[in-house]
Amino acid sequence: MLKFEVVIVGAGPAGLAAAYTLAKAGVEVAVFERGDHPGAKNLMGGVLYRQPTEEVLPGFYREAPLERPVVEQRLWILTEDDALTLGYRSRAFAGEPYNAFTVFRSRFDRWFGQKVVEAGALLITETVVEDLLWENGRVVGVRTGRPQGDVRAEAVILAEGVNSLLTQKAGLKKGGLQTHELAVAVKEVLALPKEKIEDRFGLEEGQGCTIELLGEATLGMMGVGFIYTNKDTLSVGVGVLLSHLVRRRLNPNDVLEHLKNHPSVRKFLAGAQPKEYLAHLIPEGGFRSIPKLYGPGLLVAGDAAMLVNGIHREGSNLALISGKLAAETLLEVRTRGGYHEKNLSRYREKLEKSFVLQDLRKYQNTSLFFNENPQFFTLYPRLLSLAAREFLTVDSVPKREKQRKIWQIITSHRSRWKLAQDLFRLWRVLG
Amino acid sequence: MSEETYTLQGGGRAAQKLKGSPSGDDGYRGVWVFIEQVEGRAAPVSWELLGAGRELADSLEVELAGVILGSGVENLSDEAFAYGADVVYLADHPLLRDYRTLLYAKVLINLVRKYRPEVLLMGATSLGRDLAGVVATSLETGLTADCTELKIDTEKRLLEQTRPAFGGNVMATILCPKRRPQMATVRPRVFPLPPRRSGRKGRLIAESFELKEEEARVRILETIKEKGRSLYLDQAEVIVAGGRGVGSKENFELLKELAETIGGTLGASRAAVEAGWVPPEYQVGQTGTIVRPKVYFAIGISGAIQHLVGMQNSDIIVAINKDPEAPIFRIATYGIVGDLLEIVPALTSEFRRRLSRSTSEGISNA
Amino acid sequence: MHFVVCVKQVPDTTEVRVDPVTKTLVREGVPSIINPYDAHAVEEAVRLKERYGGKVTAISMGPPQAEEVLRRALAIGADRAILLTDRTFAGSDTLATSYILAQAIRRLDREEPVTLVLCGKQAIDGDTGQVGPGIATRLGFTPLTYVLAVEEIDIEAGEIKVQRKLEDARQVVCGKLPALLTVVKEINELRYAALPDLVRAARTRPERWTAADLEVDPGRTGLKGSPTSVRRIFAPPQRPGGEMIPGGTEDPARAASLLVDKLLKTKLIADL
Ligand SMILES: Cc1cc2nc3c(=O)[nH]c(=O)nc-3n(C[C@H](O)[C@H](O)[C@H](O)COP(=O)(O)OP(=O)(O)OC[C@H]3O[C@@H](n4cnc5c(N)ncnc54)[C@H](O)[C@@H]3O)c2cc1C
Ligand SMILES: Cc1cc2nc3c(=O)[nH]c(=O)nc-3n(C[C@H](O)[C@H](O)[C@H](O)COP(=O)(O)OP(=O)(O)OC[C@H]3O[C@@H](n4cnc5c(N)ncnc54)[C@H](O)[C@@H]3O)c2cc1C
Ligand SMILES: Nc1ncnc2c1ncn2[C@@H]1O[C@H](COP(=O)(O)O)[C@@H](O)[C@H]1O
Repeated sequence: MLKFEVVIVGAGPAGLAAAYTLAKAGVEVAVFERGDHPGAKNLMGGVLYRQPTEEVLPGFYREAPLERPVVEQRLWILTEDDALTLGYRSRAFAGEPYNAFTVFRSRFDRWFGQKVVEAGALLITETVVEDLLWENGRVVGVRTGRPQGDVRAEAVILAEGVNSLLTQKAGLKKGGLQTHELAVAVKEVLALPKEKIEDRFGLEEGQGCTIELLGEATLGMMGVGFIYTNKDTLSVGVGVLLSHLVRRRLNPNDVLEHLKNHPSVRKFLAGAQPKEYLAHLIPEGGFRSIPKLYGPGLLVAGDAAMLVNGIHREGSNLALISGKLAAETLLEVRTRGGYHEKNLSRYREKLEKSFVLQDLRKYQNTSLFFNENPQFFTLYPRLLSLAAREFLTVDSVPKREKQRKIWQIITSHRSRWKLAQDLFRLWRVLG
Repeated sequence: MSEETYTLQGGGRAAQKLKGSPSGDDGYRGVWVFIEQVEGRAAPVSWELLGAGRELADSLEVELAGVILGSGVENLSDEAFAYGADVVYLADHPLLRDYRTLLYAKVLINLVRKYRPEVLLMGATSLGRDLAGVVATSLETGLTADCTELKIDTEKRLLEQTRPAFGGNVMATILCPKRRPQMATVRPRVFPLPPRRSGRKGRLIAESFELKEEEARVRILETIKEKGRSLYLDQAEVIVAGGRGVGSKENFELLKELAETIGGTLGASRAAVEAGWVPPEYQVGQTGTIVRPKVYFAIGISGAIQHLVGMQNSDIIVAINKDPEAPIFRIATYGIVGDLLEIVPALTSEFRRRLSRSTSEGISNA
Repeated sequence: MHFVVCVKQVPDTTEVRVDPVTKTLVREGVPSIINPYDAHAVEEAVRLKERYGGKVTAISMGPPQAEEVLRRALAIGADRAILLTDRTFAGSDTLATSYILAQAIRRLDREEPVTLVLCGKQAIDGDTGQVGPGIATRLGFTPLTYVLAVEEIDIEAGEIKVQRKLEDARQVVCGKLPALLTVVKEINELRYAALPDLVRAARTRPERWTAADLEVDPGRTGLKGSPTSVRRIFAPPQRPGGEMIPGGTEDPARAASLLVDKLLKTKLIADL
């Protein structure tokens, strides 16, 4: 039977970061990926953060396939007809060391995969890991779907992404995935010439921006819409909590169509040609949904471990760092006592010390909170926009009177007491 | 003909390089079209190529020749003259009855060496491609496959060969400046059939060859005819083609009805074929059949480039699609935005009504 | 028996296009794949090896990255893989390519006589299908194109029996060995490689042969050895758009009737 010291399931950022770290240290490691190449199954056309990525791949941005450095982040709160917009732009983000980039993960992961191979790991694609092999209560390898497909390993890292079938099978995530822990993301890539992108989004040559859209963007469901500028395409999509979709009996496709046709969005997309369409799940259950992160001979990293920060739209960075920490845990224990469960619990400690679990702990109540308080995605965007419209309409009404009127509108929709409560709770879960 | 035996071995044969001026003025003259025939019947692409070759020959101010190889095929020369050939080179030999690569190649190579044409065109059929590859390599000259446009740069006396590349996403114009002949294959139906002028005459040059059975290196044991649906498709005058938008096998019945009503043939995009709604023979496009009907209905077809290259030479294109932005509308002669499930039945009944009325009018007039 | 398979790395043509502004080919970020027909050629060679015994050697001419397609060939079951790579090979057209590949096969033939060369029917980037017949011509092998099935190899008689796919027929042909086949996809189903084969492929670094290893005449490779040259590359011409017939959504019957008016006027659709 084939044999490796470590087997990694999944060549996403989590698995590749782990493999890269282990291979660099001289460990014999094999990564199994069911797609045709790393990233083949990935639709994150999104934002990749520079600093965490550099923790694994120093200087990556000089050679990796990236789209545009993000110099500006915008937030739009939409109602049916209008948009309240906020944004931050910085020149500092336009050059080294950069803050973030828009990327196509299918290209980035492929490149990352090459790096991993160059570092000495074996990357086996188009191969599904179907099960873990157990002996005497501990994991001793994996079973792939290929003929003669069993592989022995002293330790296995599950970096299988959100579907986390093996993690569930191993009994680390009890009760399976719940609809309120998952968001469905759908995305279209639309082709638009470089110049047009820069023109429409007010960007200098080669620079990029991201727009996050709330409120009507998701038809008032918990979630967010997004527009990212790539080199000569736009990524446009929405991510909505699965439980909300189910409740409203909506199809994510229609939500995206609705967003694309919003009067404030439409003109940014005019004439752009659809290139691809993709759908995927995002684990947004947060801290409370995190499975047990280790077992005998076993570690879980990335989306499979539900390590996604839904509020800040961060996922790939948590995946990279958790993959790296998983690898470092293995490196530490391989010479000191081996890969048994007690030793591997250090992985959890490492995550606790890093921003990964600290951030997720900070937001541990948000998911439930927003799920139970839909007014933040329905009522408040509308009120904000009414307020803005009232305030900005020039009509010879004295400003003080306007303020009073606005306040009246607001309180007629939600009592002062409720307002205060909402604000206080919001502060509590986010603060 | 010369006794020079032509050998495949060695590969070191001197190239047909042009000496001296780049004008190509060292005796290579004339435009040749290989007339492909099976069992004495010429492939229509041969006549299409005579049409295209006529224009090239006229701009070069040289003769247009047809080259016919086979057994008992002399009668085809009159056809070749009728379609525009000034000269026909005929190699009639019992061993040439069925196409066999090496024998045909030997004859064609020898003819080229003897008469030195500057341009040699062949159909991009399986026979033509097979032969062209061997002939061009033996002559060490350039060969451009699947041309969709042929033109002469009269100043440099060069053939400009334009063809799709990278799956039809780009077009490239290719030259063969220094070797002769300039060889190209062209897919059927890319050029229109030229007018046939029966009774038109030309010169017939019959060549005799010594051929031996062993030189063929192959024996044909059997030829099993298959129902040539695809052959039929590229001859169709009216095509009703459906794509992914048709939605199901059942819905394709609506298209079939329309096709039957107007005497058309069914066609499909690859997406519809891959969905299993229609058999592969119906696929139009780069990896399917190239068609050139008088009327092409593209129904629920978005208009991907690989599809367009297969049908954009149709005289009239009708597009029906619910997406006003669908690229197919950019090349359509007539477009209707709407749901095909409503429009196609409406079209069928409208055609039925109008066509039968014109019939009854016809009868009453008689 | 010694089977040699020629495999080419091609860009996934679904992703290539012309930049509308600069009018140049955009190949950046376009993934490379094994030419799909060539994968079937390797599969067939491996099946023949399993049937008759022998050895499968895969060769590819291309840049260093083309190693990847040779790994695929190894995963399918090729025993040996050789990359023909040299700066001077760049820019080869089909004539020069067939020369280089033929030189490599000559060398392999000296080491271990070649029974059969297998190529794909065509490469999906150029779609020419010329290289196979070209190699056969240079080597003096029997060319057998569009092969749909290999029925039998009779080493005693020095013959191979195959079925060829023609436009509207299949032809059963017996050809003299050594021969060169170009294969269509229907010839076989690609196997799902066993894991140990995949691992072996991933671990193997294909051999590399340069111009010097092949004893090639530099005048016959690369740009110099290519009689054809590209004058220009451009986006496919757009046929001018025509007329939109209104009302398709609101009143399909009326739109249909308008269209039928127009079509009947052209007299291209007539009664049966
Ligand atoms: C629309 C969308 C937008 C996003 N935008 C952002 C963003 O802007 N910024 C950000 O930081 N994050 C973003 N994310 C989140 C981010 O994509 C994920 O958090 C990250 O990809 C997680 O990495 P991973 O390695 O854990 O999992 P994945 O990237 O999902 O990788 C898992 C891999 O394992 C393979 N696999 C699974 N099971 C098996 C098996 N049994 N055998 C073999 N292979 C297997 C899969 O094919 C896959 O390649 C976004 C996600 C989505 C869906
Ligand atoms: C190397 C290569 C070779 C290829 N060769 C070919 C080829 O030879 N031939 C070929 O066709 N393709 C070929 N393709 C595939 C090609 O790229 C496209 O994928 C394919 O043509 C799309 O088919 P489609 O237009 O039917 O489907 P889609 O692109 O999905 O379009 C469906 C259309 O139907 C419309 N529609 C949906 N519902 C309705 C409705 N109810 N009423 C009206 N309209 C509706 C939609 O608006 C859409 O425009 C090739 C691709 C590659 C990579
Ligand atoms: N660079 C190359 N390396 C190896 N084989 C090739 C190469 N180019 C072409 N071939 C082979 O020749 C066949 C036909 O290619 P083409 O003539 O380019 O359409 C391919 O399917 C391959 O088998």
